[in-house]
Amino acid sequence: MAQLRLRESQITKIHYLTGILALFAVAVHILFRLIMPFGQSLTFQNVVANYHNIFYALLLEAILILISIHGFNGLRVILIELKQSPKWDSIITILVLVAMIGIIAYGTRTIVIASGL
Amino acid sequence: MSKVEGRIEGKEEEEKRKKITLKVYRTNYNNKKESPHYDEFEVPVNRWTTVLDALLYAKNNSDSSVAIRYSCRMATCGSCGMNINGKPSLACYTKISELNKDVIVCEPLSNFPRIRDLVTDFSQFFNHHKKMEPFIHNDKVSLDVKDKDDLVEFEQTPEMVEKYLQFSYCIRCGLCYSACPTVATDANFPGPQALSQAYRYIADSRDNDKSSRFKIIDERHGIWRCHFAGSCSFVCPKGVDPALGIQLLKGQMLGISKNNKKISNLRVKDKQ
Repeated sequence: MAQLRLRESQITKIHYLTGILALFAVAVHILFRLIMPFGQSLTFQNVVANYHNIFYALLLEAILILISIHGFNGLRVILIELKQSPKWDSIITILVLVAMIGIIAYGTRTIVIASGL
Repeated sequence: MSKVEGRIEGKEEEEKRKKITLKVYRTNYNNKKESPHYDEFEVPVNRWTTVLDALLYAKNNSDSSVAIRYSCRMATCGSCGMNINGKPSLACYTKISELNKDVIVCEPLSNFPRIRDLVTDFSQFFNHHKKMEPFIHNDKVSLDVKDKDDLVEFEQTPEMVEKYLQFSYCIRCGLCYSACPTVATDANFPGPQALSQAYRYIADSRDNDKSSRFKIIDERHGIWRCHFAGSCSFVCPKGVDPALGIQLLKGQMLGISKNNKKISNLRVKDKQ
């Protein structure tokens, strides 16, 4: 188990990288509205059509994963500062990991159902 | 002029001098009956009077029980750190005339356990400093010194010294530690002083044990908890920039900054 534990510098690298990539992915996601007349981009039919586009679904999945990793690690960092004990650190890390996996799984399920795969 | 006349004149002159009010935080954690409060002292000041001078005047003339820690009176020992008008400062290095206030408030340093009045407990701070192993690690040099021939010297160029010099000016006064917002919430965080000392030894060309130094600071409550508020550099009385050291250290750990440190050669005996 100790072998699997990431060093804090490795976690920080992941945190920075996911933050930058999420910014890029969200920018592409917003730019998707420009491939059609802007006023119509959020109509029901167009949104459903976007979800059925495999590249768009993959982009949403990427955003979901990147933001979940980045956001939940940020939450972990805030929470471990509240108390200074190794037990608290481990509990918070496990809880945050479980919550992150749960959110990614639920979000992935939604994307898969919406895309009609 | 007789001695008595001289004394009277000196007394009159003292009365003519500008007076300020010194508000001193008073408490004694060994005496639970004494609740924290401020005592006020009227102190005559000159252009060159420091806060420490004023405190000593109050101690000598009004209340000898005021507890202060001080030693060198020249910003070298780092003993007289306290919050002066809300800012962590050295009492011996802060002139009252520079504060431009008629009321000077002296409080114990934040982020340190308080003992009595302006005296705080530095144990935790020094433990963080010791944890950084503040000495040269070099596997080429034997620690087993039996006679003077076993002693060695390193060759260092001025450029090599320049890389860590400012960080070696640290006097361990604890002002940066007191100003750090991360230390305020996380007592396990080593603090700017200890981290800048870690950088000081990592940047030192005589030290060749970077990996073990990285391990010491690369932990959950280690260097990555620094939010880069920069208040440590703002309050340092010796011009050290701990925030810079921490950022450089982070850069090295992430592999962003170049690490082209050349380990110093040992000076051979025949050159001596």
